[in-house]
Amino acid sequence: MTKVRKRRILLYAVLVIGVVPTLLPFVWLVRSALMDNNQMFIAPPQWIPRPFEWSNFSGALTAQPFARYFLNTMIIEVFTVIGTLLTCSIAAFSFSRLRWRGRNVVFGILLSGLMLPQAVLLVPTFLMWDAVQAINTYYPLIVPAWLGGAGGGIFNVFLLRQFFLTIPYELDEAAYIDGASPLRVFWQVIVPLSKPALMVVGIFTFIRTWNEFLDPLIYLNDSSKFTLALGLASFQGTYNAQWGYLMAAATATILPIVVLFFFAQRYLIEGVTLTGVKG
Amino acid sequence: MTDEVAIRRTAVTRAARKLRSGVSGQSRLERRWGLLLALPAIIGFVVFSLAPMAVSAVLSLTDWTIGSTPSFVGVDNYVHMFSQDPLFLKSLGVTTYYTLGAVPLTLVVAFAIAMLLNAKVRGLGVYRTIYYLPTLVPSVANAVLWLWIFNPDFGLLNSTLRQLGAPTSNWVFSETAVVPSLILMSSWGFGNIMVIFLAGLQGVPRHLYEAVAIDGGGAWRQFRHVTLPMMTPVLFYNLVTSIIGTFQVFNQAYIMTQGGPNNASTFYVYYLYTTAFTKSEMGYASALAWALFVIVMVITVALFRSSNRWVYYEMGAAR
Repeated sequence: MTKVRKRRILLYAVLVIGVVPTLLPFVWLVRSALMDNNQMFIAPPQWIPRPFEWSNFSGALTAQPFARYFLNTMIIEVFTVIGTLLTCSIAAFSFSRLRWRGRNVVFGILLSGLMLPQAVLLVPTFLMWDAVQAINTYYPLIVPAWLGGAGGGIFNVFLLRQFFLTIPYELDEAAYIDGASPLRVFWQVIVPLSKPALMVVGIFTFIRTWNEFLDPLIYLNDSSKFTLALGLASFQGTYNAQWGYLMAAATATILPIVVLFFFAQRYLIEGVTLTGVKG
Repeated sequence: MTDEVAIRRTAVTRAARKLRSGVSGQSRLERRWGLLLALPAIIGFVVFSLAPMAVSAVLSLTDWTIGSTPSFVGVDNYVHMFSQDPLFLKSLGVTTYYTLGAVPLTLVVAFAIAMLLNAKVRGLGVYRTIYYLPTLVPSVANAVLWLWIFNPDFGLLNSTLRQLGAPTSNWVFSETAVVPSLILMSSWGFGNIMVIFLAGLQGVPRHLYEAVAIDGGGAWRQFRHVTLPMMTPVLFYNLVTSIIGTFQVFNQAYIMTQGGPNNASTFYVYYLYTTAFTKSEMGYASALAWALFVIVMVITVALFRSSNRWVYYEMGAAR
């Protein structure tokens, strides 16, 4: 009993101690975002901003058009998330619930794309978009999402397929006997039952798109078309010694994702468990 | 009476016939719709994976620079790469160094924390959220934040070390410390791997632990003989995806170090990027891309080959 008790105390101690290095960079980020330049460079470092320099936020976010970047990012997000959800789930439906010749072979081939380092495709994909004069537009960032999430998107198909396989097939059969088409079965039977899995894919796609840097960097030239990630990188290039501004801008790009995560957490945990990401 | 039976019987046969024809009609339906619904994903694969691979294979055999006319040079690019391009070897070395540091470190940290979070403790949800938070930081914001943490004069790390009277470092601004610094930074992003470990840990059957306990085995034995073997498939998955990931490190080099100092952080994909989009040497960049593909392929195949020696798959788990 005492041994068990000792072990529990140790467990809590390690959990609590581990929190320190995990959260310290966040504390450092936020304190720097709220500190004026006089206090920022005092040694040893101070932790509580005095006064709270909220002007870092207003200053940073107006020094470059971050509102515009935010809007641009959201436009890309909307099209990317909808496209990914639609085409990935429909492909997953076909790969899990419709029987057609060569289905498993095709799925295996598509899945092998996961092993393909995306960086390898950089040059030819760029040249392809260049050939159709789509450089400096959002097409290169959005269109792949409408084709089964192309590239790494097949992982979503895999995830959704795993989930669809757990739904009893009798439901489909009943609908078919009533004369439903596969598309209708997908839309009225499978989709309503798969909300947790779709939620997970949607949220992860949102986060991934939010973080995306290399593709926007290559395809977008006009600063008026920049995404938040790209805007922050260019901001960093210009204001590279203005740490208050930089931390405020960084905080502003992190915050929406953290807020989203807090709202979506329940679905994520539920969904990750349900889809059972296992080797 | 007999009429009623007859009516019922015809009703049953009609329903059965309808069912049968429905089923055979349905298989036709499934065949037609199946391919159609999978088509977007198939087109996506062909247009955004297969075709680019083929195009870059052809391009890699040319000396095409944007603005010039390409000419066929055979395998010259590949020969040049290995014999006359010190940056190719350098970037490959830097990337390998980073992979060898970052992958084991991140896997160990993620596994350890997943083990902690798999225990039944009060406030578990809070801990899980806290430990997952760093993963949510977008990589550009992460790079900017760590640049400030690594700042030699006023950064978090050196300030703390100075207070403790410990030796300081120039971190990403030092040729020798830059890769270890980025490895340290990478371990902060353990969250996604941790979640996958956690899902795996929750799938380990309880009765196995009980069996070890009955045999008098303690915590270490349970870990060594149940947790570890049962987790090898998850470990293997994380290992493979992590390595593919670290071989494509780019953002840190672009934002934090521009490949420096003295090319000490010229990661492979950063070198590929500058070759293609700064120097516009699309032919050579394609050759670099193919070399990367082959390298990653070889590593992946080697890992898969080794897997039957150390990865434990439950009987009947394979469908």
